[in-house]
Amino acid sequence: MTRKELVSQSISSKAKLKAEELCKIFLEEIRRIPDGERVDLCIQCGTCSGSCPTASLMDYSPREIIAALRAGLLDRVLMSNTVWLCTSCYYCTVRCPQRIKFPDIMYELKRLGSEYGYFPKKAKAPVMANIFINLVDELGRNHEGNLMMRYYLKTGLADAFRNAGRGFKLYTNGRISPRGSRIKGIDQLRKIREALAPFDVHKKKEAP
Amino acid sequence: MDYLFFPGCSLEFTSRGYDKSSRAVAEALGCVLKDLPDWNCCGATSYMSIRELRSHGLSARNLALAEAEGASELITVCSACYTVLNKTNDYISEMPDFAQKIRTALASAGLKYDGTVRVRHLLDVIVNDIGLEAVNEKVVKPLTGMKVACYYGCQLTRPHGRFDDPEYPQTLDLLVEALGATPVDYPLKAKCCGAMVVSTQRNDLLPLVDALLGAALEAQADCIVTPCPLCHFNLEFYQDDVNRQLGADYKIPIHYFTQLIGLALGLDVRELGFGLELIPSENLISVYAGK
Repeated sequence: MTRKELVSQSISSKAKLKAEELCKIFLEEIRRIPDGERVDLCIQCGTCSGSCPTASLMDYSPREIIAALRAGLLDRVLMSNTVWLCTSCYYCTVRCPQRIKFPDIMYELKRLGSEYGYFPKKAKAPVMANIFINLVDELGRNHEGNLMMRYYLKTGLADAFRNAGRGFKLYTNGRISPRGSRIKGIDQLRKIREALAPFDVHKKKEAP
Repeated sequence: MDYLFFPGCSLEFTSRGYDKSSRAVAEALGCVLKDLPDWNCCGATSYMSIRELRSHGLSARNLALAEAEGASELITVCSACYTVLNKTNDYISEMPDFAQKIRTALASAGLKYDGTVRVRHLLDVIVNDIGLEAVNEKVVKPLTGMKVACYYGCQLTRPHGRFDDPEYPQTLDLLVEALGATPVDYPLKAKCCGAMVVSTQRNDLLPLVDALLGAALEAQADCIVTPCPLCHFNLEFYQDDVNRQLGADYKIPIHYFTQLIGLALGLDVRELGFGLELIPSENLISVYAGK
């Protein structure tokens, strides 16, 4: 059974109704991001999918994601690997005849999915993103050595061993360091974060 | 001329060679890169994936600090920093509601930003401010015979880029030509390397890296040159995986565009960060390196 079939089978008809409700909320939130209302202008031409470097890996292509949003089937999209495969290369954005900023919609879907618990539980990308955020909040900068160490500890050491040889060479060349320093204005960053945090919380918090 | 410089997190460690060569080349071309004091991470794609406005808040602090320094321009060498900082800057100027939220947040930290800073990439500065002729005049070791695949990647030109075409950029090719080298026809020059997704879904994304390396090999390029730290890292670090998993045998050196400029200007190769790479490049570099 393919992954697609598995996902669709796991969604009961009752859950489908809920999924429609979910899509309504998500559409509303997407319309709120800069130029987000342009999502309504999609003509389903597929230029985005044809331009996307990772579309062939996605369970649902960029064009299908907008179709799913409108059809109330977004839960399937969010539970698949699709949105986390967007690399933010912006090919779709510069080519879209309706000037839809698709990667920004993907960002919003990543955020909403994480918030409502609709994300593929085994995906590593959300883990990486959260570690990155914690690190930047702590230090004010991303510290790559630290980032990868924390990531390997969370997701398994297989990758760490695999990369060990190259990692060691980077280390001896001073391209990885175990330590990173904290910026002086870390308190300024905290204040900025606290002032903006309320706007990052979506209106309807509880999942439908 | 002095420029206010935003190095970005990669330049501190993994892209140390980019840091060294950018500063050395800027100086040789008559400008000084002065670091933005106490800069912070731009947030890149990861921060934006979980938190939206707070991510813009990170960029806004950098822009505010730059404005406080009295700078009208902030120069970066990282395509992601370039895109993210420009994005926040654009939104601030285009959307009053957004700008208001950001300004209130900055004020709570004792900062302010009036939107006067322009974010630029060093490639733009070198090609459009200093000029290809001026660069060419300073070349002491022309890179004659070196075949270069100019790889621009995504975010240098899309969607907030200001100085080159999003589909078919040429700035880097013209620069490489001015150094005496030969830019090869490289049709994948603006395609995606997989960015951060390679680190979390390596096996799925390796074909992207493979395609970029394969096209360079087909064009008989001696090396790939890029203005982006992440493109550099992906093409260099994962070349080994492409070889092992996809049965290839690539040994293509990956260099920062500034390293090539420095080489042609006759600067010390160690000052340019040559020798720090994972894929040996001595054979190529020693031909042109000055004593």
